[in-house]
Amino acid sequence: MRLPNWLHKLASPPHFYRIAGRIEPWMLWSGLAAIAVGAFGGLLLAPPDYQQGDAYRIIYFHVPAAYLAMQLYALMAIGSAIGLVWRMKLAYAISAAAAPVGLAFTGLALATGMLWGKPMWGAYWSWGDARLTSVLVMFFLYLGYMLLHASLEERSTADRAAGILAVVGVVNLPIIKFSVEWWSSLHQGPTISRLAAPAITWDMLWPLLVMIVGAVLFSLAVTLTRARAEVLLRERGARWVRDVVAVGA
Amino acid sequence: MTPRRRRMVAMTGGLVCLVAATALVMTAFEQNMLYFYTPTQIAAGEAPEGRRLRVGGLVEQGSVRRTPGSLEVRFDVTDLDRTITVAYAGVLPDLFREGQGVVAHGWVSADGMFEADEVLARHDENYMPPEVAEMLEERGHPPDASLR
Repeated sequence: MRLPNWLHKLASPPHFYRIAGRIEPWMLWSGLAAIAVGAFGGLLLAPPDYQQGDAYRIIYFHVPAAYLAMQLYALMAIGSAIGLVWRMKLAYAISAAAAPVGLAFTGLALATGMLWGKPMWGAYWSWGDARLTSVLVMFFLYLGYMLLHASLEERSTADRAAGILAVVGVVNLPIIKFSVEWWSSLHQGPTISRLAAPAITWDMLWPLLVMIVGAVLFSLAVTLTRARAEVLLRERGARWVRDVVAVGA
Repeated sequence: MTPRRRRMVAMTGGLVCLVAATALVMTAFEQNMLYFYTPTQIAAGEAPEGRRLRVGGLVEQGSVRRTPGSLEVRFDVTDLDRTITVAYAGVLPDLFREGQGVVAHGWVSADGMFEADEVLARHDENYMPPEVAEMLEERGHPPDASLR
């Protein structure tokens, strides 16, 4: 199987550097605007919950963070898979750029979940809960990827070794997603992503959706910025990089 | 076979084997991956004996009995089929109340009572303003009547 031509064109480092530089500010500012609107709606406009009062408002940070943590892992793994099979260097660069962003969102999801768990469940953490444990495993997969990548001197070896780890870890994604349905757990079931109608009223739901869109745009913007820097570093011997640096663009 | 094709086959095959292995491990350990047992499972002897375990269910309406002057409390946990009495001494979470889903961690004593040293509250996946919950209640569909 060959990759489509347009993808090859996009994957040329100078082309990617230019395109990404043009898209990135739009994503960053629209993402930040959406996060501001979503936070305002979620923290001030949405009504309190019938059971949890105001404490439920942490979902406006917890859910987007957890969603992005998984999406970025998928991005990192797909990038690594493309790199492993098609030897596309840009794909490896994007994986390496996405890892710390995903790690940060996983940490945020864990931290907000613990802050929520203490008042609602009565404990910050409960060992044995499949959802909590599988997300913690993802945290260590991100960390393992970054450490492995950093520990190997030769960049192509590092890309391949860490890439294999990223692809292997994909097994964890469906486990995270379905953990609350396959096993009895302390963590509640899905509210939005289920076949029936969302189990949340509209005035509480819209800020959450806006927050998720904002988080997606923001995290992609950060990943693109990091990927551009990664490309510059990796191609530092190339002529186009010298041109870019000379112009200062 | 081109090298690219070989790498793709190797990776796909590797992933398939990995998924199969994970699925097998998870099936084999299914019993141990239960976060809590229901009162029905404990009554049927499906829970391991003499080991710490968790029991999950709803706090039966009108079953909470507190010992005055102490933190000791007893309540019945039900899965709407069987019921088990839980004894606990400690601070209960804010969400704890009759009709609420709870998970108690402890062991089954000789007289069939559940001695808990930790009681956690479960909340459901429904979010709604208090007015909507009241409306549902009036129509006979209390929002937290079911434990998934």
